[in-house]
Amino acid sequence: MPIYKFQLNGKPTSADSWDPAQPLLYVLRNDLGQHGPKFGCGLSQCGACTVLVDGKATRSCVTPIRQVEGKKVMTLDGLGTSEKPDPVQAAFIVEQAAQCGYCTNGMIMQAKAFLAENPKPTLEQVKQGLDRNLCRCGTHVRILRAVMRAANA
Amino acid sequence: MNNKTNTAPNLELSRRGLLKAGGAIIVNFALGARNAAAQAVPVNLVTARGALDVTDVDSFLMLHADGSVTVHTGKVDLGTGLRVAIRQMAAEELDVPLERVSLVDGDTGLTPDQGSTGGSTGLTRGGVEVRQAAATARAAMEKLGTGVQNGKTFKLKVDPKAPLKDPKTYTVVGKPVPRLDLPNKITARHTYVQDVVVPGMLHGRVIRPPALAAKLLSVDEASIRAIPDTRVVRMENFLAVVAKNEWAAIRAARDLKVTWSQWEGIPSSDAMEPYLRAAADPARSVPDQAVATKGDVSTAMSSSAKKFSASYYWPNQSHASLGPSCAVADVRADGATLWSSTQSPHGTRDNLAKIFGMPKNTLRLVYTDGAGCYGGNGNDDVAAEAILLSKTVGAPVRVQWMRQDEHGWDPKGPQQLLDIRASLDAQGNIAAWDAEMWVPANVPGARPLLSIDAAGLPQDHGQGAGLMTQNADPPIAAANVRVVAHMVKDTPLRPSNLRAPGKIANSFAVESMMDELAEAAGVDPVEFRLRGLTDPRAMAVVKKAAELFGWQRRTARRPQSQGNLMIGTGFSYVRYKQAENYVAMAMEVSVDRTTGQVKARRVACAHDCGLVVNPDALRNQIEGLVIQTLSRTLHEEVKFDKSRVTNVDWSTYPILRMTEAPSIEIALLDHPEIPLNGAGEAAAVTVPGAVAGAIYDATGIRLRRAPFTAERVAAAIKGS
Repeated sequence: MPIYKFQLNGKPTSADSWDPAQPLLYVLRNDLGQHGPKFGCGLSQCGACTVLVDGKATRSCVTPIRQVEGKKVMTLDGLGTSEKPDPVQAAFIVEQAAQCGYCTNGMIMQAKAFLAENPKPTLEQVKQGLDRNLCRCGTHVRILRAVMRAANA
Repeated sequence: MNNKTNTAPNLELSRRGLLKAGGAIIVNFALGARNAAAQAVPVNLVTARGALDVTDVDSFLMLHADGSVTVHTGKVDLGTGLRVAIRQMAAEELDVPLERVSLVDGDTGLTPDQGSTGGSTGLTRGGVEVRQAAATARAAMEKLGTGVQNGKTFKLKVDPKAPLKDPKTYTVVGKPVPRLDLPNKITARHTYVQDVVVPGMLHGRVIRPPALAAKLLSVDEASIRAIPDTRVVRMENFLAVVAKNEWAAIRAARDLKVTWSQWEGIPSSDAMEPYLRAAADPARSVPDQAVATKGDVSTAMSSSAKKFSASYYWPNQSHASLGPSCAVADVRADGATLWSSTQSPHGTRDNLAKIFGMPKNTLRLVYTDGAGCYGGNGNDDVAAEAILLSKTVGAPVRVQWMRQDEHGWDPKGPQQLLDIRASLDAQGNIAAWDAEMWVPANVPGARPLLSIDAAGLPQDHGQGAGLMTQNADPPIAAANVRVVAHMVKDTPLRPSNLRAPGKIANSFAVESMMDELAEAAGVDPVEFRLRGLTDPRAMAVVKKAAELFGWQRRTARRPQSQGNLMIGTGFSYVRYKQAENYVAMAMEVSVDRTTGQVKARRVACAHDCGLVVNPDALRNQIEGLVIQTLSRTLHEEVKFDKSRVTNVDWSTYPILRMTEAPSIEIALLDHPEIPLNGAGEAAAVTVPGAVAGAIYDATGIRLRRAPFTAERVAAAIKGS
């Protein structure tokens, strides 16, 4: 089986895949112990599977493993811990910005990429930035508050 | 909240507690430590505790030698914050610091059966029963003159008369304590059912037919020969693949060449209104249900000067869980373990044990968080599929639905049709109210599970979607009222309880009609409601919502305009189930003159559920109810043709996006002295009435058919 080499959360990693078209999501979850990225649709429509690839928010459910060869992949698992959360995670914790939490991975990873490009956004810009990430519990207003809090931290 | 309790999953805490209590055997399915390098999430199972009667204190409480407490509840946290609230109630009643109280929910081997977590009963039954057990325990300990009993069991019956603490003395209940699960969810350390791994576990995917009742004619197994370690499982019309690798299972399910029969047997979604009206024929239905009868509606109606009549339709809607349903089953010769995020751990366990012919005590369902379900989504179906496959292949199997499975096949919140006729007397009060509704009939027994039917195995064929007939009478004074429900036996898609079942549609119709009556009476919508209310709690929420919103009194439409946007306001009030929470809501919406897009701009909600256990978790629920119900009101309708559901992804079944989120202000009217009511549903009910009223104020158009999609609104504007 072909082996793919890339960086995962700052560490050199390799994974084999019987199918070069296997989406990154399944490799991360089933072979590399990552549980941040979630399967939501497999269609790049909901954002639950979002990871950063070379800093860009990427839908891992439709990204073939071969496409991340040599790249830097960052997942929610690698971002921070509850003892030492990343500033965006810390803001989500303070705002209690989740219900079931299934979309949370995507919201935070999308927000990370968004804030890197827009460090001082308006609320309207944050709404636009997260518009392709879906939340079914309706935690929208808390998520928006959390991202604004992280931006102003 | 200290960091130690933040990071410890609740099972972990109870496991340590059990170890300290002595005598417990730990069955460890751990595959490795939970850290960044781990290959899998460890699944620690505490040995089952045997009989767990809801009348025994020990079923709910375990007091450990170190002074900590484990609460066991059969209710489950579906993402609502139930765990923190029940911990607060137990800590308060036991006088134990909150951080010393851990909680296990929904494991049939460890928790008593407190019924399904539905109908907003999580705290009203779940929390209240735990609290009474705690009060019994505290009274017993006071009698003994000891503090928390050191690791001993009580062997006591729950005393329904054990005195409860005076709410005035509460120090834990009523505080906005943060949830313990959120830091873990936010840092990817929380175990969802999707994350459960059992050694030797295989991945299953079920292949659905192209029509609801199509027959499986032939399968070309050679078509997936190139996919490694994959096998096909076939039982009558049940077809699945099982593979070592998850992507292999997905590919195989997609690539397998299958021939199905043609089938057309349901009316299409566009034909539902005439279908429902015709289905009220006694030959095709069950007897009508008289929901409310007061006074003499016919006489009052005929003597009224101002009469109104309208029909309202609420569509079939999906739970549309963000993560498709998932379950892991490990069926062995001596019993089975099932990891599931069902809302009804004990009920589902009982039903599956019956279907698979297992003694109940040999099937253990371990509730494990999933994506929010908001009622009976695909969780029970996928649980049955995991057991069926594990039993067949002789290995643990994880089954996760694909997106098109969840949208296409979850049992649906059913469509509802209502006709309301109402009249005003000379003083502008409601003289007569005559409502008819068409809802699915209740048939006793469990809801049939997809793959059990497909495999030709016997099972219940019950039907039910919750208490759908409530809140169809006016929430204010009316002398003559009749509400009749036509109970439709055959509904095209399996009906199921979807958050605030029936009551959202009913209140939509009721509040829309109330709005018409107020306008005809020349009375401000808020004033119209206040005139018909005498209950001080009801009047308080109506006044508070109006105040919070800055409601501008109006006796006729007063639309505003901003460029291409028409702006209006609406108001709505409900007493949930006519007996529980009081909720009032004011809303401002904009309507785009050209595109028809409706956006809620700001929402003010006043909410009285009696005692508030955790105000922040409650606000989180109310915000979610507003947003989710806006989504259902503006966007959501399951479409189907004569064979199957046709909108099976997020582009064809859209939900409310971030750019559509309104600002939400909430006033909690706390009454610590009044028994609590659950709050996972009530605030949903007032949403569509307020939206419809606001659209009317903005445009002069009364929309009586949900959802209020941009296309539908644009067409209505064009035609007006």
